[in-house]
Amino acid sequence: MTRIRIVASAVLLVLATSLAAPLGVSAQSAPIKIGFLAPLTGPFAQIGKDMVNGNQLYLAEIGGQVAGRKIEVLVEDDEGNPATALNKSRKLVDQDKISILTGGMLANVGYALQPYIDSQKIPTTYPVIAADDITQRKPAKWIVRTGWTTSQPTHPFADWVLKNTKYRKIAAIGMDYAFGYETIGGFQQVFEEGGGQIVQRIWAPLNTNDFAPFLAQIRRDADAVLALFTGRLALQFVKQYEEAGLKGKLPLLGGGTITDETVLPQMGDEAIGLITALHYSQALDNPANAKFNKAFEASAGKIPSYYSEATYTNARWIVEAIKAVGGKVEDRDALLAALRRVDLKESARGPLKVDDFGNPIQNIYIRKVERVGGRLQNTVIATYPAVSQFWKYKPDEYMKRPLYGRDYPPCRYCQ
Amino acid sequence: MRGRPIAVGVAALVAAGAVAPLLPSYPLTLLTQVAIMAVLAMSLDILLGYTGLPSLGHAAYFGAAAYAVGILATEHQAGFFTCLIAGVLLATATAALFGLVAIRATGTYFLMITLALGMVVWGLAFRWVSLTKGDNGIAGVPRPDLALPWSLAAPLPFFYFALLAAALAWAALGTLARSPFGLTLRGIRESETRMRALGYDVWLHKYLAFVISGGFAGFAGVLWAWYNGFVSPVDVQLVTSVETLLMVALGGPGTLAGPALGAAVIVFLKNFVSVYTKRWLLILGAVYIGVILFAPRGVLGALRAPHR
Repeated sequence: MTRIRIVASAVLLVLATSLAAPLGVSAQSAPIKIGFLAPLTGPFAQIGKDMVNGNQLYLAEIGGQVAGRKIEVLVEDDEGNPATALNKSRKLVDQDKISILTGGMLANVGYALQPYIDSQKIPTTYPVIAADDITQRKPAKWIVRTGWTTSQPTHPFADWVLKNTKYRKIAAIGMDYAFGYETIGGFQQVFEEGGGQIVQRIWAPLNTNDFAPFLAQIRRDADAVLALFTGRLALQFVKQYEEAGLKGKLPLLGGGTITDETVLPQMGDEAIGLITALHYSQALDNPANAKFNKAFEASAGKIPSYYSEATYTNARWIVEAIKAVGGKVEDRDALLAALRRVDLKESARGPLKVDDFGNPIQNIYIRKVERVGGRLQNTVIATYPAVSQFWKYKPDEYMKRPLYGRDYPPCRYCQ
Repeated sequence: MRGRPIAVGVAALVAAGAVAPLLPSYPLTLLTQVAIMAVLAMSLDILLGYTGLPSLGHAAYFGAAAYAVGILATEHQAGFFTCLIAGVLLATATAALFGLVAIRATGTYFLMITLALGMVVWGLAFRWVSLTKGDNGIAGVPRPDLALPWSLAAPLPFFYFALLAAALAWAALGTLARSPFGLTLRGIRESETRMRALGYDVWLHKYLAFVISGGFAGFAGVLWAWYNGFVSPVDVQLVTSVETLLMVALGGPGTLAGPALGAAVIVFLKNFVSVYTKRWLLILGAVYIGVILFAPRGVLGALRAPHR
C-alpha cells in the first residue's frame, strides 16, 4: 500500500504545481498578453501553422511592441476540437490572464467559445472562423470578426456570373457540412433572385475517397458546375473532374477554398481556368500585399495562403486597436470599442472596416486560376468593392431568413 | 475493492474537495473535467474490466445523453431533473438497443461492432442538422439551477457538484461490482463456457452489464454538457471512445478507482504537456506504450499485485 501512497502524493504534487499561478504584474509596462488558438495537431495542423506564421510575421515587423508595451503571444493547440478549445481558452484567461483572445479555425470551435467569451468579457477576434451566424443571428458582444463570413464572397460571385457569363443553369456540389451549405446557399440566393437556376445540389461526405459516383450524377445539361471543397478533397475533386472528361464540357466555378494557396501549389493544369471568389488572393496586386508576400516567403519559405493573410492582418488589426487605446488594454470596454472601430485604408486584402455586427466590410475578388511564370495563381479578374456580409440586403430582412443550410434555400429547380 | 483501496479513494475525494477552494479557477475546471471523465471511465470499466468486453463505442451513450441535455436545455428550457433523467434514459435506451446487436460478438468482433454502432450515433449527430445543428454543435447549454444559494455557473460549486456525482457513481458501480451480479460478470470474464456450464445466463448478464454501463456513460454525458455548455459531434466521435478506453487501460481495468486515476492522468497530461510542446501527443503515446509494456494491467493493477 505504500506504493499507492507514493502515487497519491505524486498526484497531489502535480496538483500543487498547478497551484503556482503566475504572480500578477499590474504595471502599465507589463507585456500585453494575446492568447492565440490554432489547430497544431490533427488534420488541420498545416493550416494551423500557416495561421501562426502570419501572426508572428506581423508582430515581428513591428518589433513585437506597441504603445511602449511588449506583446507576448501565447499559442495554444486547440486540435480543431471545441472542447479542447474551451479548455485552452480557460487556461489562457484564468491562468495566463490574457488581454485579448484570437485565432481558431473551425466553425464549431467558434460557436463553442462564444458563450464563454461573452461571460468572461474577453475582447476576442476571429481571423479565420467564417460561420455566418457568429456575426449575424447569434452575434457575440465580445467577438469581432477580422476574417469573413462564408457566404460573403458567394453573394457577389453569383452577381458576377449573372452579369458576365451566359450560365443560367448551374449544378452545385459541395461538402456536406455547414461551410458547404453556407457557401453554396449564398450563391443560390443571389443567383436565383437574378433569374438563374440551381438545377442540382449534391452533398459529398467529408470523408469521400472517390468522386466518381458523384461526378456521374452531375447533370450534363447544366451550363456550369459550382463546387466547394477544401484541402485534400479540393485537390482530388478538381483532378477527378478533369479525368471524368467534364472539364472541357462543363465550366467549373468554385468557392474560394477550392483553389486557395494551401492546395493550389499541389495542383496541375487541371485547375487552370477555374473561377472562384474570395476576399483575398495571393496574386492580388497592391503594395501591402506585395510587401506581405515578400516577407512571408522569406520567413516561411512558401507562398502565403488566405489563412496566413488572415492572421497577419488580424495581428495588425489588434495592434491598431491597442494603439487607439494608448496601450491601456486593461480597459476592456475601450479595447473592444477600438477593435470595432478599426478602419484599415489599405491592407494586403484591400480596405477593411467593421459593420455594426462585427464583421468586416471588404473587397471580394473574382479570381481565375492561371499559370504565370510556371506557377499557378488566382489572378484577380474582377473586384467587388466594400461588400457587406449581408450583400445588398437590409440586415434585419436578411436575418429573418433562416441560415443557409442543407435544405435552405429550397432547391426549386432540382429534379 | 475492500478495505484500503476504498479508504484511499475516499481520501482522494476528500483531499480534492478540501484543496478545491484554494485552487485558481483553471486547475479547478480541469479537476471538474477529471471528475466527469472518471465517471465515463468507470462506466466503461464495468464492461472492459469486469466483463471483459472492450467497447470502442462508449462515446455513443456519453454523446447521446449530452445531446439530450443540449437540446432540452436550449430549446425547451428544461430543468435539472428533466435533463438528468432524459439524458440517462436516452443513453440507457441506446445501450439497450445496441446491446442486442453487440453482445453476440466477443473480442475483436465486439470491438468492431461497437465501433460501427458508435459511428452510427456520430453520423446522426453530424447529419440530423434540424435536431443537432450538425457540425456547428449546440452552444449555450445552461447549467441547471438547483435553487441553492450557490450558482452552478461558478467553477467551485460546479466542481463540488461534479465531485459529488463522481462519488455517487463510484459508490453505485462499486456496490454493483461487489454484488453477486458483479461476481458473475467476473466469472464470465474468466471463463464464459464454465459459467454457462454452471447454469448462468451469460448472455443476459453481459447484456445487463452493457446497458448499465451505457447508462452511467450517459450520466457522465449529462455532466459534460453542463460543464462545457456545448455539445458537438466531436463528443460522439471515435477519438472520445478511444480515449476512454485508454483511461481504463492506463489506470487498471477491473479496479474502478484505476480508470478514475487514468482519467486524471490523461486530462492533466493533455492539458499540461501540450502547453510546453507541440509534440505532446508523442509523450502521451510514450506513456501508453510504457504502461502496456511494464504494467499491462494498468497502473493500479500493477500496484495491487506487483509480482505474479
